[in-house]
Amino acid sequence: MNALILATDNVNVAQNVAFGIIAAVMIFAALSVVTTKNVVHAALWLVMVLAGVAAQYVLAAAEFVAVSQVLVYIGAVMVLFLFGIMLTRAQIGKETGLNNKGWALGIPVALVLFGLLAWVIVDAFGDDVLPDRGPAPTVMLSDQFLSIYLLPFIAISFVLLAAAIGAIVLARKD
Amino acid sequence: MIQFAIEIPYWGQSLLRVLGGLVAVLLPAGTIVYLFLFKMMSFMQSRLGPMEAGPYGSLQLVAEVGKWMQKEDLAPDAADHRIFKMAPLIVLLSTFLLVVIVPFGPDAYFTNFSVGIFLGLAVASVSVLGILIAGWASANKYALLGGLRAAGQLIAYELPMVLAVLGVVIQAGSMNMQEITVAQNTGSWFGLDWFGSPFIVTQFVGFVIFMIAVQAELTQAPFDMPIAESELVSGYMTEYSGFRFLIFFIAEFATAGVFAFIASVLFLGGWGIPFSWFGWDNIDQVPDWMNLVGPLIMFTKMLVLTFIIMWVRFSFPRFREDQLQTFAWKVLIPLALLNTAITAILKVAF
Repeated sequence: MNALILATDNVNVAQNVAFGIIAAVMIFAALSVVTTKNVVHAALWLVMVLAGVAAQYVLAAAEFVAVSQVLVYIGAVMVLFLFGIMLTRAQIGKETGLNNKGWALGIPVALVLFGLLAWVIVDAFGDDVLPDRGPAPTVMLSDQFLSIYLLPFIAISFVLLAAAIGAIVLARKD
Repeated sequence: MIQFAIEIPYWGQSLLRVLGGLVAVLLPAGTIVYLFLFKMMSFMQSRLGPMEAGPYGSLQLVAEVGKWMQKEDLAPDAADHRIFKMAPLIVLLSTFLLVVIVPFGPDAYFTNFSVGIFLGLAVASVSVLGILIAGWASANKYALLGGLRAAGQLIAYELPMVLAVLGVVIQAGSMNMQEITVAQNTGSWFGLDWFGSPFIVTQFVGFVIFMIAVQAELTQAPFDMPIAESELVSGYMTEYSGFRFLIFFIAEFATAGVFAFIASVLFLGGWGIPFSWFGWDNIDQVPDWMNLVGPLIMFTKMLVLTFIIMWVRFSFPRFREDQLQTFAWKVLIPLALLNTAITAILKVAF
């Protein structure tokens, strides 16, 4: 990217600047998740990453998805993470033996995943400019879910139900 | 709508909203602490409460804050210092994010978010994070136990709260707090429109469940197992002193006030008065003076609801941990689900 592109009207707008800043914070937090020496700190860095995702959704005018992100990931998943860590091992200070032998395998997997997602997005949208419609009304979202996407929606609900029942069966001792 | 005599620029509006947010969080907190915690509790226990600082002890709060502010910022040696110091701020942050959704008048809102109440329920759960890491970072068994109890309790009572709000959302047909307010003030019962249609009447079950869940979310007695002083010293707050304890303290009562604001918008008609009294049909016809009267109406409703919260707090003995969980999962959640189902059926039927 050269200075000429940065100077044009469509690139250097507030949204893109904010996107860059939030993305930088997210990348830093994501790297900290895997490099920090303390499990609770790793979980807290992960909160930063997930909050960054919510912020990106707000920038993309996807209000409902952004709030769902906060409710599900920060309010529920991360709290359960921390809850689980604190019930089992929760030392203060540096821990040793957090990495296992195969940690280096994670790097190619992450790169492949990144490449795949980037390729899919570039392939699907290319240079398309999305119409500037403002935030999508939540009513529109729910109408879609309860009409053309009803079947996948219910299928996912069944998967979740099965997972919940499975968890109860595994956790019960009697 | 009648325009303001002076058009306020965007930065001015933003500044006003920030100042308004500070007032909307701190004023209820101070009022609740003086009026209910100092005075009402004392009267209920046949004593006078603070009487020395200012008339009827009304400046006691200023003295207390001064005392806390000048204390040393202490942290235990074994604590995780950075996280220990961050935790109270996360709890307070959640309170400030929560007040953002409350409308105080036709134009006196912080943000007119289309999924307002959903945002409120989402950011309310952020405070759990602060409480959990406060308990962990203190390097103290009592604090960790308190933090874990608090997290378990808040997770359990978040569900009935969300489900109770669902009934209101179905009835109003919107998650926007302004539209919920307007729906109650333009509604009517069987053609009678002199009193609007506050959802406390049609959603009474939802209202009761919501208030019980609020009580539990605030860890107020009878749900104060996380800070049970006879077994856990002070739970996750054990190691905190000085202004960090003050932040926890302010956050607790400010959140009580903000939840009362939210409950009054959801169930008591919010800032509005029944629109038919003045012949308004919709929100655009509401004149500007409601931006001044609205906050007063909201403040009054907030005081009534926090009075109930505090009344319960001072009257009931503490629940045991298992009773508390059983009550949430086996009583409140099924009841709230039933309420949601019946509301949905009636909404479709009529």
